[in-house]
Amino acid sequence: MRTATPRVFLVDDHELFRAGVRNELGTSVEIVGEADDVSPAIELISEREPDVVLLDVHLPGGGGQAVVEAVKGEHPSVRFLALSVSDAPEDVIAVIRAGARGYVTKTISGPELVDAVRRIADGDAVFSPRLAGFVLDAFSAMPGGADSNVSLDPELDQLTSREREVMRLIARGYTYKETARELSISIKTVETHVSSVLRKLQLSTRHQLTRWAAERRLI
Amino acid sequence: MPPGGREYLCIYDDTEESSGSRRARGRPWCWPPNGGWLCDSWTRASGEPAATREVEDEYSDGEYRADEYPYWLSHWRSAARRHHRHWRGRYHGPFRRSRDARLLGGVAEGLSKRTGIDVTIIRVVFVLFGLASGTGVAAYVLAWLFLPVEGEDTNIAQRAMEDRRGIALALAFLPALVATLLLAAALRAGWVDSLAWPLFVGAAGLVLLWRNAPSDERAVLERLAQPVLNVAVPQGRSWRRISARALIGAVLLGGGLFALLAGHPSHIFLRSLGGILLVMAAFVVIFGPWWLGIARDLVVERQARVLAEERANVATRVHDSVLQTLALIQRRADDPQQVAQLARAQERELRSWLFNGYVPGSTSSEDSTVGEAVQRVQREVEAAHGIKVEVVTVGDCDLDDDLRELLAAAREATVNSAKWSAAPVVSLFAEVEPDEVSIFVRDRGKGFDPGSVPPDRKGVSESVFGRMSRHGGVAEVRSAPGEGTDVALKMPRRVARRPKRAAS
Repeated sequence: MRTATPRVFLVDDHELFRAGVRNELGTSVEIVGEADDVSPAIELISEREPDVVLLDVHLPGGGGQAVVEAVKGEHPSVRFLALSVSDAPEDVIAVIRAGARGYVTKTISGPELVDAVRRIADGDAVFSPRLAGFVLDAFSAMPGGADSNVSLDPELDQLTSREREVMRLIARGYTYKETARELSISIKTVETHVSSVLRKLQLSTRHQLTRWAAERRLI
Repeated sequence: MPPGGREYLCIYDDTEESSGSRRARGRPWCWPPNGGWLCDSWTRASGEPAATREVEDEYSDGEYRADEYPYWLSHWRSAARRHHRHWRGRYHGPFRRSRDARLLGGVAEGLSKRTGIDVTIIRVVFVLFGLASGTGVAAYVLAWLFLPVEGEDTNIAQRAMEDRRGIALALAFLPALVATLLLAAALRAGWVDSLAWPLFVGAAGLVLLWRNAPSDERAVLERLAQPVLNVAVPQGRSWRRISARALIGAVLLGGGLFALLAGHPSHIFLRSLGGILLVMAAFVVIFGPWWLGIARDLVVERQARVLAEERANVATRVHDSVLQTLALIQRRADDPQQVAQLARAQERELRSWLFNGYVPGSTSSEDSTVGEAVQRVQREVEAAHGIKVEVVTVGDCDLDDDLRELLAAAREATVNSAKWSAAPVVSLFAEVEPDEVSIFVRDRGKGFDPGSVPPDRKGVSESVFGRMSRHGGVAEVRSAPGEGTDVALKMPRRVARRPKRAAS
């Protein structure tokens, strides 16, 4: 568990929101810079190499996705936490599949945001209940019509039952600590499960995942 | 007091002349009341004398009261005054169309007001010319286009200059005109020429009018065109309309054929008819695509306009509700809980409009799926109890009676959390699986000891949960003081297997 204050970079095109976050994060983190657009963000992040980047999903000029894709290759130690006002999974899934390690909504309270930043800095994933709900839906136990033709890679395309239970508890609003207590496992185990789910979310080529997002855009 | 009670109104009173019509006037040379037609005294039909007043104009000395004049002098002076007042009271501005007293476009009324000729005479003139050679129609339409309405300076033609599509449409009549002229020349019917030109001008002008006239004038046109449109435009399969169209078509065809056949021997007729048909086909081939293009453009333009109006409507409604909420927030700025609640409610509404296509103001009274019902519970509990309700749904399905009981139990549990737990947030999780639907209501508030609730407090909750269990559902409440509450509600589904729809 790292004890140093994490170095944080803010990327958001709303000046007011950046000021608010700066206020709330206060002294718990060290804010190394801010940017309001895609190209300055990429430049400054590559230059300063923060631990965590708070990234707005809806940025003009390509969105948060573009920043993640550009930085991920050369600076794998930089971790991204997506911020979204929309709460709509199709916005968030794109960023997560590009490489972000979690997302929070902009209505999150100050202490929870600090907690999320710390968790990302420590290498874990941050899953909001909505994201957990989406994961459960996308990785349904019963294969959908289109999936039954494609052979599912159990590594990537299916959740284990333990992971499914963890996701279900998180979707119900349990914190990691409460989840650990409920399932009688340690918090570290919970974090491991969540990280593995994140990996599957990012790498799975499961048809339902992509079709789900596409459907949402059509509806 | 004149017998019969006819109302005599003063012909010199300016207010009577403003509309340009003399309906209100009596016949001055047959019954002069009060010894003279002076505008200082008049009687009403009811018989009571109205006010008298001093006459003031350049013809009066101002010394005598009007009803003191001898009859003959007053009559002479009255005639002179009548002419002068009549001239003075008349409208002298530029030619304008009338706004209020109009039959079609107010052209005849406007002309009458300007020239002083009676309206009916002008109308009759228009009609005669229209019947005789069509010039009446063309002249009326041109006047409608080029004369502004009274009180304004721009006419419809100026607006029509910018309407390129309308001009294109009007010019599309030109080939039709040329075709008609050729036809007439082929058949040696010279009278068609003089009729065709004015009718073309009239038709083109009507098109421009239709597209560019202000709405009240267009309403007149639409009212007139209503019976024709009803017959011509195929709307539905009303047999009356179809038979009306067929009848009119047959009459026209019969009349045309008779007119053609009556004058010519048959083989010459056939040749010329063949030639005419070829000419018409040529026109259709040459101009057809252009006409089709114009028609399609018009349809597209109308659709775009409808869409823009619709969008503007919705945007206005949304902005209106956001503005209202912001104003409310400013007023209640010192009650943070209220502010948070207002902001949250508005946020949900705006978010659902932006991302789910839900239009504010269109409320559906019945929920049809589990997802919708859960969101309704969220909205209503948040609004009524001021607590934040977080909702996560996985999967969705249609509601049936059992599931409605489940939703009622979920609402009850949420309301309980809102009322007793003193927690800031209640989490609602709904999962739809093929064989059952489960809803979990969780809060991290005060909690309670389920065993120690006195029986008389159980009341409503017990009835709701009891009803659910009678439908086959299961309810489980886990709570401990200081540790929050977790209510698990499960209901097996009647239909064994249903395709899973996308979650919200």
